[in-house]
Amino acid sequence: MVYKKGRFGEFGGQYIPETLMHALSELEMAYAYYKKDTEFQKEYVNLLQHYAGRPSLLYNAKKMTADLGGAKIYLKREDLNHTGSHKVNNVLGQVLLAKKMGKTRVIAETGAGQHGVATATAAALMDLECEIFMGKEDTKRQALNVYRMKLLGAKVHEVSSGTMTLKDAVNETMREWVARMEDTHYVLGSVMGPHPFPTIVRDFQKMIGEEIKEQIIRLEGRLPDAVVACVGGGSNAMGSFYEFIDDENVRLIGCEAAGLGVNTSQNAATMTNGTIGIFHGMKSLFCQDEYGQIANVHSISAGLDYPGVGPEHAYLAAIDRGEYVAITDAEAVEAFGYLSRMEGIIPAVESAHAIAYACKLAPTMKPEEIMVVTLSGRGDKDVAAIARYKGVKINE
Amino acid sequence: MNKNRIEQVFVGKQALICFITGGDPDIETTEKLIVAMAEAGADMIEIGIPFSDPVAEGLVIQAANARALENGCTVDELFAMVKRVRGKVAIPLLFMTYMNPVFVYGKERFMKKCQECGIDGIIVPDLPFEEKEELADVCKQYEITPISMIAPTSEDRIEKIAKEAQGFLYCVSSLGVTGLRSEIKTNVKGMIEKVRRVSKIPCAVGFGISTPEQAKEMLAVTDGVIVGSAIVKVVAEYGKESVEKVEKLLREIKRVF
Repeated sequence: MVYKKGRFGEFGGQYIPETLMHALSELEMAYAYYKKDTEFQKEYVNLLQHYAGRPSLLYNAKKMTADLGGAKIYLKREDLNHTGSHKVNNVLGQVLLAKKMGKTRVIAETGAGQHGVATATAAALMDLECEIFMGKEDTKRQALNVYRMKLLGAKVHEVSSGTMTLKDAVNETMREWVARMEDTHYVLGSVMGPHPFPTIVRDFQKMIGEEIKEQIIRLEGRLPDAVVACVGGGSNAMGSFYEFIDDENVRLIGCEAAGLGVNTSQNAATMTNGTIGIFHGMKSLFCQDEYGQIANVHSISAGLDYPGVGPEHAYLAAIDRGEYVAITDAEAVEAFGYLSRMEGIIPAVESAHAIAYACKLAPTMKPEEIMVVTLSGRGDKDVAAIARYKGVKINE
Repeated sequence: MNKNRIEQVFVGKQALICFITGGDPDIETTEKLIVAMAEAGADMIEIGIPFSDPVAEGLVIQAANARALENGCTVDELFAMVKRVRGKVAIPLLFMTYMNPVFVYGKERFMKKCQECGIDGIIVPDLPFEEKEELADVCKQYEITPISMIAPTSEDRIEKIAKEAQGFLYCVSSLGVTGLRSEIKTNVKGMIEKVRRVSKIPCAVGFGISTPEQAKEMLAVTDGVIVGSAIVKVVAEYGKESVEKVEKLLREIKRVF
């Protein structure tokens, strides 16, 4: 395998208009410098520990373990981070980087709103202007997060092009960036897009897996048998997996959104149904038709409702290092309730996809085996949508 | 070295390059528009292959892409249409397409069809210099000229891009996406001077040129102008009845040449 810059096997690359190439190489150079800058790393770690609340807990889900009757289950509690999800890890890194680069304004796409909230939070903290692009459909599904971003001082743009979801929010943020790069950094929210974003975002999320390893060795004296995480663009999964890639006995399992089912037209199961293509700056897998038109995808989870996946995941699947499974809306909603009742933890509906697969996998494993499930975020934002899904009327 | 058909357009004259979205509002109108634009003085025509997510386009061309796709336009239909219209117009015809429709169709299959139907060149806005190898070999094999782009932010990238450019160099006039602009603030002259240090390649300016006055201003420093959104806007307004209106617009712009 020949490794080219910004490539994961054949995946990745920089498929982006010429106008943006200057901004990307500026970012690449700045990142290469600050990655090795001890002062930058010190500031970043300080923010992670004293602002975001890292390291996050590795929680032994005893009731769930007993109930499922198989592998010993640990939950990596990214839901306990400030702003309520793993998104803050990446955002603190990128916004700090933007500040060092002399940028005065950040823009970002958001699906469920978690990345938008995290970006607005970091921008408030570090005194940067902030504008968030969010699909109109998602602003309805996640109205609370829209208001949260506004409270934090961000301007929220409703995107009403295309399917009015995450994909279109990315399109619109790219259009905004190409018009204004001089003072603006695009805080991309997942391990996707053109190089160097997949690498930068993975590096700013890889502490999840590093902490898991350290914590599980302290608690159990050994590595886990499986690490399970949900995959939309794939940042919490990549962050969880990266430290374990060379530990070949650790299964790495990504859970994507099957929506109404992988055999229906209403899903976002990129790894299961996708084909190789070039979109949003990267060569990767996409849900698309035979003419390369990007498909309209569906998931109950706004954060997983995306027709592509990060190139490093496509690579892990291609070399059979990562396993990817699809979880339906119904299974995720079931798992949402299950974890709430069983452990008193309300998971984000995205994370509920990982919980749903854990429920299937655990009973097939031996009691002496260990499974770690990354709980990427908390479910407060989803309570209203889950109630709607179940036909329960509540006063929001 | 023999000049190819695209380079020959610029011999002894400046070029008017026109863009329309293929299949907007339907394939028959696209065919008529190509014939009419050639008669009205277009020296080269770019046919946009509609894409679900045209990230480099402003609202006008985004809407055109959506209309064409809603009407079921596919690249196969466009190949067939180009083949028909090739018998009626002699000027170079180019495809403007995002990378994904080419990649998913099959790069080699795509270029072979381009050659068979008489396409001269291809412009892929999301294929920068760093990724041009993606199409270089198949373009060469099927004699389809890949058009390179430079932008106001290209600066020290201009030389390496210009050195390897073929056909003509597409100079993006402004930051941002395609669309009508009231004024062009970029120092286009400066961009082209940088090109001239390393290459004699013809330079045509696009993005935001909609009026004869703007075209005239650009022609003072370039070898050609590209008019896109202004034409697509007329098509959006008049649909199947837009052919004469587009012709009129082009004749007005052509007058400043």
